Amino acid sequence: MNFDLRIPIGIMFSLFGLMLVVFGALSDKTIYETHSLGININLTWGLVLLLFGGFMLTLAWRAGKKQK
Amino acid sequence: MHIQLGGIDYAILLIYFAFVLSIGWALKRYMKGSTDFFLSGRSIPAWVTGLAFLSANLGAQEVIGMAASGAKYGIMTSHFYWVGAIPAMVFLAIFMMPFYYGSRARSVPEYLKLRFDEKTRGFNAISFAVMTVFSSGISMHALARLMETLLGWNYNGCIAISALIVLAYIFLGGLTSAIYNEVLQFFMIVFGFAPLVFLGLKDAGGWAALKEKLVPVAVSEHFAPGTWTDSWKHMGSPLENPMGIGWFGMVMGLGFVLSFGYWCTDFLVVQRAMAADSMSAARRTPLIAAIPKMLFPALVILPGMIAIALHYSGGHQFLPIGKDGTPDYNLTIPAMLAKYFPTGLLGIGFTALMASFMSGMAGNVTAFNTVWTYDIYQSYLAPNRTDKHYLAMGRWATVFGILVSVGAAYLASKFNNIMDMLQLVFGFVNAPLFATFLLGMFWRRTTGHGAFVGLLSGTLGAAIFHGLALSEGAEVGIKGGWLGKEFTFHSEMGQNFWMAIVAWTSCFVVTILVSLATERTKTDAELKGLVYSLTPKPESEHEPWYKQPVTLGVLVLAATVLLNIIFW
Repeated sequence: MNFDLRIPIGIMFSLFGLMLVVFGALSDKTIYETHSLGININLTWGLVLLLFGGFMLTLAWRAGKKQK
Repeated sequence: MHIQLGGIDYAILLIYFAFVLSIGWALKRYMKGSTDFFLSGRSIPAWVTGLAFLSANLGAQEVIGMAASGAKYGIMTSHFYWVGAIPAMVFLAIFMMPFYYGSRARSVPEYLKLRFDEKTRGFNAISFAVMTVFSSGISMHALARLMETLLGWNYNGCIAISALIVLAYIFLGGLTSAIYNEVLQFFMIVFGFAPLVFLGLKDAGGWAALKEKLVPVAVSEHFAPGTWTDSWKHMGSPLENPMGIGWFGMVMGLGFVLSFGYWCTDFLVVQRAMAADSMSAARRTPLIAAIPKMLFPALVILPGMIAIALHYSGGHQFLPIGKDGTPDYNLTIPAMLAKYFPTGLLGIGFTALMASFMSGMAGNVTAFNTVWTYDIYQSYLAPNRTDKHYLAMGRWATVFGILVSVGAAYLASKFNNIMDMLQLVFGFVNAPLFATFLLGMFWRRTTGHGAFVGLLSGTLGAAIFHGLALSEGAEVGIKGGWLGKEFTFHSEMGQNFWMAIVAWTSCFVVTILVSLATERTKTDAELKGLVYSLTPKPESEHEPWYKQPVTLGVLVLAATVLLNIIFW
């Protein structure tokens, strides 16, 4: 079957990561005082998701190149 | 407790649903025949089936229930993983998968038909089909109830949306769609809950500080100070720990009978491995699943332990209090999400929670439509039709299965006791199953009559034992004791584990006796590929070590032993 699951996973998590990073950079910082011990967790975790999404896409891209 | 989601949270949820549906849509063109729809054409790589194998069992009841149990019993909950899952998963991979995959049976009931006879298959197929649609309904009900409580969503709307989404993606893409979405859900759970553990642990002051904070919890319940953070030390007798179970009941009841009965015979999980692209991939499936499974206590039990520690040290305000004055443990995860996740990350956390409810439903629905179509419809109602016909039937069975689940969800919301009763009966039927498979796979003399009578005796044994046993403080009735109070247990869990032991033993003994008294109906040649001694061993020597099931299995077991020792 010619369907690499890593592509949708990669796109979705990159998108979520990007959304959290942008939101974390722009949002009102007081929400982090009440919720996440003063850590801008949206920004931090957004970067982690972005990294994971990129990793999945890289794997899929390399596998695709090999197949060709 | 009420939680307010922001715009970004809803956006994340909607994007997730869009991905789920588009995966189903993209797979539609690959669904050409019934094997594509029910078995994914046996074409899925091992890492995907492995993560799906794990995810299929990781319904939200599991996530919410394990966190609740982490709060209620502490680290002893890890026995459900390190004792009650990993050994059985390794056994399935090394010893049983060659028969399931190698026999070319399309389902677990079909294996029973090939190995034993029609009546044994019929009994298993029908009870399994009924169980799966009800479990799917219970998942749906739990999701709708939780969203109603936390977000103020409409109960009926919630049922309708979750039913429609699951229906759409399975109708389009069959088992492959369910498996792919389970992998998506696996990553959502990991990335949605990891920050919860990180922030919670930081708030508690780290692991050492958490251990100290859990001492007053244990002491106030009149147990030894370390009870919440030692997994084995307090299992000498049922009186020493909050679970009310001794080590023997735990190891035999949970670790052997219930765990092997579930992981090695339940088609819901086995189906994932059967979709793998080769024998070697099928055998690696449960082992690949075992690696994250062994670490999952950190993700699902630890939040519960953190919550109860903060509840005690923070003036009993962390967890919402239920009607009976004790903390409402089932709200542990939602309470943690509300406390630690700001809007944004909250969307990821909630999506993970909803994803796990829906994939719990989807797992049941795909197992149902396969067993219905192959083992009931094709076997008894309409044999010898074209493959197209069965593919269409599979799609309609999906619609039918989901409609019945919706009915079950409403039944659960109106008549709680009917659902309790049904789950009790399912427990009676499931408990002896592993004895039948064990004898069937490893003793060629086991006959069809032996297996069938054995299964019935095991089920009956479970029912009779339940009628004679009761846990402390429970009322006679659905909790047991309806035939008299011969045995008392310190907890309901202990009662259940011992019931499983009784059911398994009755099935095991009766199957042997009846088999010896009846004629064999299958020759050695017919049993090739179905019984251990008559099947050539699968070859995997030419593969690198990290792909060899036995090597992987030994490594997984060694790591599990190590974890037990570290948290002894």
